[in-house]
Amino acid sequence: MKKKLSIFFVLLLVASMVLAACGGKKEEAEPSKEGEKPAQEAPAKEQVLNLLETSEIPSLDSTLATDSVSFRVMNNVFEGLYRLDQNNEPTPGMAESYEVSEDGKVYTFKLRDAKWSNGEPVTANDFVYAWRKALDPNTGAEYAYIMYDIKNAEEVNTGKVPVDQLGVKAVDEKTLQVELKNPIPYFLSLLAFPTFYPQNEKFVKEQGDKYGLEANTTIYNGPFVLSEWKHEQSFQLKKNEQYWDAQTVKLETINFNIVKDVATGVNLYETNKADRVGLSAEFVDKYSSDKNFKTKSEPVLFFIRMNQKNEVLKNVNARKAIAMGFDKEAMVATILNNGSKAANYFVPEGFVTGPNGKDFREENGDLVKFNAEEAKKYWEQAKKELGKDKITLELLNYDSESAKKIGEFLKEQLETNLPGLTINIKQQPFKQKLDLESKMQYELSFAGWGPDYQDPMTFIDMFVTNGAHNQTGWSNAEYDKLVKDAKTTLLSDLQARWDAMVKAEKILLDEAVIAPMYQRGAAYLEREYVKGIVDHPFGPDNSYKWAYIE
Amino acid sequence: MARYTLQRFVYMLITLFIIATATFFLMKLLPGSPLQNQEKLSPEQQKIILEKYGLNDPVPVQYIRYLGNLAKGDLGVSFQYDNRPVSQLIGDRIGPSAQLGFQALVFGTIVGILLGVIAAVRHNTAIDYTATILAVLGISIPSFVFGGLLQYYIGVKLKLLPVAFWEGFEYTIMPTLALSVFVIASIARFMRTEMLEVLGSDYILTARAKGISGFGVIFKHGLRNAMIPIITILGPMAVNLMTGTLVIEQIFAVPGLGEQFVRSINLNDYPVIMGTTIFYSALFILVIFIVDLLYGLIDPRIRLAGGKK
Repeated sequence: MKKKLSIFFVLLLVASMVLAACGGKKEEAEPSKEGEKPAQEAPAKEQVLNLLETSEIPSLDSTLATDSVSFRVMNNVFEGLYRLDQNNEPTPGMAESYEVSEDGKVYTFKLRDAKWSNGEPVTANDFVYAWRKALDPNTGAEYAYIMYDIKNAEEVNTGKVPVDQLGVKAVDEKTLQVELKNPIPYFLSLLAFPTFYPQNEKFVKEQGDKYGLEANTTIYNGPFVLSEWKHEQSFQLKKNEQYWDAQTVKLETINFNIVKDVATGVNLYETNKADRVGLSAEFVDKYSSDKNFKTKSEPVLFFIRMNQKNEVLKNVNARKAIAMGFDKEAMVATILNNGSKAANYFVPEGFVTGPNGKDFREENGDLVKFNAEEAKKYWEQAKKELGKDKITLELLNYDSESAKKIGEFLKEQLETNLPGLTINIKQQPFKQKLDLESKMQYELSFAGWGPDYQDPMTFIDMFVTNGAHNQTGWSNAEYDKLVKDAKTTLLSDLQARWDAMVKAEKILLDEAVIAPMYQRGAAYLEREYVKGIVDHPFGPDNSYKWAYIE
Repeated sequence: MARYTLQRFVYMLITLFIIATATFFLMKLLPGSPLQNQEKLSPEQQKIILEKYGLNDPVPVQYIRYLGNLAKGDLGVSFQYDNRPVSQLIGDRIGPSAQLGFQALVFGTIVGILLGVIAAVRHNTAIDYTATILAVLGISIPSFVFGGLLQYYIGVKLKLLPVAFWEGFEYTIMPTLALSVFVIASIARFMRTEMLEVLGSDYILTARAKGISGFGVIFKHGLRNAMIPIITILGPMAVNLMTGTLVIEQIFAVPGLGEQFVRSINLNDYPVIMGTTIFYSALFILVIFIVDLLYGLIDPRIRLAGGKK
């Protein structure tokens, strides 16, 4: 008896191992099998979308949220005065209409008849309350700065004046007046950003510490409501019947499951448990010919920051040599392979169009391309000027998978193309990297920047003299003046303002302050029956308001 | 016994205090700040926000404040999950981790013991060699490889079990299996070695000479003695398994505690780092204590020295 039992157990284990082992071979032998599986026909009438999310929702308090997961959820369960539409233009949300004063500084919004999910009307005071809360230094909102265009916002946030001095007031229940510091042309699209969402004062105060922590301790005014929230596991959005534009919303339910591993996400997609899944580089080759394979370009730019406190990097020719000295096309094709584009510029492509209707990129085109010959010339020149033959630079990098690979790629490329250069890679945790950059304790660094609002200024003003994010020590009076003018005097002439920013970008790259590498892309798989999910270039990543199952 | 327990309890508290203190100061040496949006904030803005968390105060002040709150049972609120109490954060996630860990432990221990005993009894036969090879494989194959293979072949290809998520017992089978491989392998290896030693000892010979059946000798006399070292490794293993495993939980999308600790360190989420450390340590200390008590039950030769005073 026991002998049989023992044999049984041994066989069981052997069987499981063998199963696993043969499986491995099978995968190599039949690489084409993925395409065969017919996608399960989704019932056309059932408007249920199954998605994956990469983490638990960190926050549902619009004043505190900082991350893409929170923003994505909030964009679909809340609504500000405006929201971004399918073309990424601001479209009226809680606002019905607005009037703006002649100097462009005072906006008066008429609110529509909209309700919170508990039946309370959305009023002007909800905005006043939420915005004051976001700027109150006691709240410690990390995105408070995004509101600094409102009159007195910065003063309130730094504690110099009390919150009631903020340039926002409820004229009556349905009229909100906002006073700006400067007549910025992108104010409406800024209003779509989550920090500008309203909060119902009465409800928030009732919930106290618990506001935003559970599905039922939060109220909603967006196209959907958060109907279920199992922490770290899943959450569910249901159509908000109270939503003012409920007739546009077709989806009844969106199920989100939290899946942190890309391979797991792909397996769930394969078994029809997820309708859309993001891919990392190692899956791109496998799926790039799949009919449901898609890529999107995001307005996030990665570049090499060069610290001009360093004697070598102070030399403009050395910087130019570095900026031209690596093959960006090869970088995006071999390492990223996910829709990322080689960037010969700083302001991303497809991000913003000017008063003349042209994309910013059409104005300046390619400003700094890979050119090994040119790079070498600049490099020899720099070495002569510096009186050095051998130069060693340190590249500050961080510990993400793609950053590691790109760091190695850069080292190899720059050392090959620029004779006498040695690059040492210093890899740090991301937060430490940021710290070292802001203290300017680095030589070269792997840096990235995404927009906060839909205007080239969100990129351009980084590099003004002593700007908090300049971190290169670069200073250029002409550049500073262009930025300053664009933020003040030129606000009355938007074309001139646009031209000033175009000119500023040119100066920035002519002086090779930074070496642009690539504009980030993302690859994903999406079932063919999923229609109308909108990807936004800034602020929250997605809107499901217009999405449906076909 | 009561006195011994009390004494141990006081030691446990002291140990916990030392761990909490060491972690607090080590944690403050971590570079970077807990701000999520740090790259967008100027130093001035960062200071305003850190003020809210009391992080602009000197470290000893923060330490005293933390201990004060801890004494009241308040672990603070998370930075990454705005305003969410750390105790709730751990509470929400420990369930699935503990369930998986427990299942893997029970399954792994039973299979491991059986495998080890069989290998020892059939010493130097094909069965023994097979079991040994399996044990070596089980220890050397990382669980994420095994988990990934299971998921792909059983979940995606054969569609026998759900690929991932956490919705019922069938969802726990694959992660449990993946987790238990290591348990099976470690226990089987230990068991085999111990069993061989025990079976070679004089009292087993005596038992056999008395005419007790082979089965009785192995299970009544052999197994009980061979279990002692197993219990020693089982304690810490149980804590390790039940407090969540980063990789397996990620692969099978289990809403457990595994990733939280690593994530909180990466994000400098101080209250969560502290809370999780204290939670883990308390569990560890408790389990070690239980293991000590178990020794006495399993082997009467081991007496609780403190209990007799």
